[in-house]
Amino acid sequence: MNIGYYPGCALHGSSNDYEQSVRACLGALGVNLCELDDWICCGATAAHSLNHKLAVALPARSLAIAERDGYDDLLAPCPMCSAQLIKARTALARDRALREEIAATVELPLEGRTEVLNLIQIFQRIGLERLKSRATRSLNEFKPACYYGCLLVRPPQALRFDDCEHPTSMETLLSELGAAPVEWNFKTECCGAGLTMCNERTVLDLSHKIISNAAAHGANCIVVACPMCHVNLDMKQADIERHYGIRHAMKVYYLSDLVGMALGLHENELGVNRHFVSTP
Amino acid sequence: MARIGVFICWCGENISRHVDVEKLAEQCAHLPGVRCCLTYKYMCSEPGQNLIREKIREERLNGMVVASCSPHMHLKTFRKAAEAEGLNPYLVEMANIREHCSWVHHDVKAATAKAADLIRMAVAKVRRNHALSPIRVPLTKRALVIGGGVAGIQAALDIADAGHEVVLVEREPSIGGKMAGLSETFPTLDCSQCILTPRMVEVGQHPNIRLYTYSDVEAVEGYVGNFSVTIRKRARYVDISKCTGCGACWNACPNKKTPSEFDFGMGKRSAIYVPFPQAVPARPVIDANACTMLTKGKCGLCAKKCAAGAINFKDQDELITEKVGAIVVATGYKLWDIGKEQENAKLAGYGEYGYGTYKDVINSLQFERLVSASGPTGGELRRPSDGAVPKTVVFISCVGSRDNAKGMSYCSKICCMYNAKHTMLYKHKVHDGQAHVFYMDIRAGGKNYDEFVRRAIEQDGAQYHRGRVSKITEENGKLIVRGVDTLAGEPVTIEADLVVLATAMRPADGVETLAQKLNVGYDEYGFLSESHPKLRPVETNAAGVFVCGACQGPKDIPESVAQASAAAGKVQVMFSREEITREPEIASIDERMCAACFTCVRACPYNAIERAEIRDRAGRLIKRTARVNPGLCMGCGTCVAVCPSKSAELEGFTEQQVYAMVESLG
Amino acid sequence: MSNESTNTPKHDAIEQMARELARDCYQCGKCSAGCPVGERMDVVPNRLIRLIQLGHMAKAAAAGAIWECVSCQTCTARCPQNVDCAAIMDALREFSVLRGTASPEQNRTVIFQRAFLDNIRRYGRLNEVELIGRFKTKAFLNDLSIPMLFKDALLGPQMIRRGKFHLRGEKVRDRDVVTRIFEKCNQ
Repeated sequence: MNIGYYPGCALHGSSNDYEQSVRACLGALGVNLCELDDWICCGATAAHSLNHKLAVALPARSLAIAERDGYDDLLAPCPMCSAQLIKARTALARDRALREEIAATVELPLEGRTEVLNLIQIFQRIGLERLKSRATRSLNEFKPACYYGCLLVRPPQALRFDDCEHPTSMETLLSELGAAPVEWNFKTECCGAGLTMCNERTVLDLSHKIISNAAAHGANCIVVACPMCHVNLDMKQADIERHYGIRHAMKVYYLSDLVGMALGLHENELGVNRHFVSTP
Repeated sequence: MARIGVFICWCGENISRHVDVEKLAEQCAHLPGVRCCLTYKYMCSEPGQNLIREKIREERLNGMVVASCSPHMHLKTFRKAAEAEGLNPYLVEMANIREHCSWVHHDVKAATAKAADLIRMAVAKVRRNHALSPIRVPLTKRALVIGGGVAGIQAALDIADAGHEVVLVEREPSIGGKMAGLSETFPTLDCSQCILTPRMVEVGQHPNIRLYTYSDVEAVEGYVGNFSVTIRKRARYVDISKCTGCGACWNACPNKKTPSEFDFGMGKRSAIYVPFPQAVPARPVIDANACTMLTKGKCGLCAKKCAAGAINFKDQDELITEKVGAIVVATGYKLWDIGKEQENAKLAGYGEYGYGTYKDVINSLQFERLVSASGPTGGELRRPSDGAVPKTVVFISCVGSRDNAKGMSYCSKICCMYNAKHTMLYKHKVHDGQAHVFYMDIRAGGKNYDEFVRRAIEQDGAQYHRGRVSKITEENGKLIVRGVDTLAGEPVTIEADLVVLATAMRPADGVETLAQKLNVGYDEYGFLSESHPKLRPVETNAAGVFVCGACQGPKDIPESVAQASAAAGKVQVMFSREEITREPEIASIDERMCAACFTCVRACPYNAIERAEIRDRAGRLIKRTARVNPGLCMGCGTCVAVCPSKSAELEGFTEQQVYAMVESLG
Repeated sequence: MSNESTNTPKHDAIEQMARELARDCYQCGKCSAGCPVGERMDVVPNRLIRLIQLGHMAKAAAAGAIWECVSCQTCTARCPQNVDCAAIMDALREFSVLRGTASPEQNRTVIFQRAFLDNIRRYGRLNEVELIGRFKTKAFLNDLSIPMLFKDALLGPQMIRRGKFHLRGEKVRDRDVVTRIFEKCNQ
């Protein structure tokens, strides 16, 4: 199975452990990731906060490249990228005048027809049965708190792949592979996302609440499908512990880590050894 | 030979200010067929009418046109005046030179010219009018009331007390509806059952009321005054003529785990049960899905214990036909069950409130049962999850109401009042407890209503927060309610023991299907449509069918009862005559011309056209044809417009007349 | 009132957009109730929207709250009137940056986001090392906060150890088109 792939800046930057994990996991499932040629940054929070036009134009350029190169589906494992791509696609599909204006701006013809998928959707495409049949190891030692955060499920007007208040797609997937996901309350609460650098206080507070709630509900790890969530919950966990004077030691996995392990991949192949909490 | 009188009204200055009435009269006097033409300041007044009557006599008029206001206003007045002089009322036409002319055109010359045109058309039409007589339809003086809640009970008793027979059909095993399950009622806090159950007993014992419970309206045929209604009496498995209501059966029933519908799942019942002790009839039914005798053929304990031998496991549904002349629909409401799968994708949502996930998030009717003396906890407020007495309770208004994104755009009207009532009932039961209410606006219009809400706040200490709740989660047995107080401009988080959602009021299940059987309109939410929101509030566009109570829109008990009495009054007005007279301006089909394509049958919005056959004396089929039922036709003219063979005609508006009107302008 | 003489047509366009977005709000406050940072905000979202409805765009854009917003979209997701509250917050930030009303502390977010966009304009993709360097320098010049300058300095070596640092960031081939996109979007 070939699929268009939009890694985004994070996966080619400090969250390259996520890319390692996604590539290893999907590779083991026979999914060939075809990286979009000369893709550009989606603009992220900076664009939609400072310039609403840029917030459509930047993702639109990559969407236009995908269309030019004939990709019907585009995997964007980073929810910030996928949300920006989807929001742009929705706006473009709705408004012909905008479509023409943006096509001129990005210097490529554009219809807004490429389907943008997140990591969970790729696994759903592959199918639970096929995943189960490929699994060589049960995930029964894991009691994950599946954490969706914001942009995988919101706004539901644009992203409608799961219930935005009580999403269950990660739980369904992981329990099929033997894990025992816990029920908890912070599945869709925000971790502070892109404010890590400039508003650390908020990020520490929100992330602390998330980790605490997961622990209170008996989770022995948190599973994410977002590089920013991983940064805030994993990389910043030491800061959180210092700031609140509490020891969490909560491992934070990418969804592809756990699926990969079920497929028999070693932690190191998935880049788990490069996380902050799991390694001393 | 036409002898037509034209009577031009000044309507004080209403017409005469912008239409030169005298000049108009001069012009109209010379129209073909016009015998006389005169003006008067107020043609509808008694001297004005006398003037008309005088002219009819003197000039032996055989047609007349009154040029004045809208026919809605005074056509009846002038027709009566004509009739009094022996002129057939259907030979009277009106030209509307007020609403259609003087009120909207202020150039005297142009307005006068237009008024002349309008009169010329009316004269052309009236020359081709036929004398008609009203259609008389026989009348069955019996009424059907659908729904045995407080509205249906009131309507049935009013009609029955007036001396007419009533057939009352109720879907549940007992009458009483939602009100029977309420604890106390606003704004007086009198006990709901205490005021309702005597009325229920009256229904049960009334010699003029035939009660069908556990029954549905299967089909409705016929027309105003002459309906034939098929009622499906569902298998009850208990012969209520033998049953004494002793209770031996439900005490013996080993299967007591079915959630009670009457308690909205807050309590349990047996497989053979009466929904509540004061039920009317106080006779049980067997729930065929819960009874092991009926599902697996094992048990039969109830039959063994029944001294009267009233249990019949072989009972079948029964179809009964009743003839009635009028129908009152009082099917009531339900609270929106936001937790379940929704029938409409737009309504999916409210995952943020956790209804159906968290046991201690309940709706308002469930709360009523928890504080009702006849409820599953005997009136002691205990929360569903662990039976603890809740010390902090949060009531949330507008759950699904006034929500364009995932609910209903309308206000459910009664929630503000019952929320206030709930906080009081709660405080009266749990003295050290604290009630919180989240609301957007407090809508307490009504006698003693606002005072009641203030009492909840001032005397019973309810904490009102102006704002919606965004999310409810459960932590360590507490419900974390995240709301806002927009007056303080701050988020508010409350750790509650119980949360009560005032979910939107919606029409009862199945009302659309019933409305289709009755030809009654309904809105996008399924509420039945009244004929006119102000002037015909309980009539519908289907003649002889009336509505009352919450099936027409959200309303409280006093309003439902008032509307029920109004509907009953309308039925009594109908029944005060020996037969029904209807306007003769209805459609007819030229059966010789009809090509039997039945386009009209499909197009008729009132189902007033039927397929008929013409046979000779020997019974041999000559041809098929469409035929108008004069009892049902409302004279809308749709059939005339769609008929490809031009064999449909509307009396009083024949094509010949319409063409004559158009030609008169040339 | 925000229609002061300092407003440019660009301000007016953003204000117009914000008022359009805010039109249907009936002030139920669900946005403020569910906001993960509502408790930190000086002016909660529903009040910001009310200010916009009343034509007080500048006052709303001066609130610190718009820089606390984490763009999590919870408000938009739950709004019973389908008001895109998150988009309104974006409009307020855009307006505020144009007017330069943000305080030094709020400015830190603006500095970061500007540095982010500058970075994209030049390379088409994010160069994290350069972004952090620029952000720290500018933020230091903004508020002279020494702890801020050295915060996370310890993370650097740990990230390098985990192979998470790329000293030379990626660049797209067709950087000219990226520059032109920025120009056409007036950034």
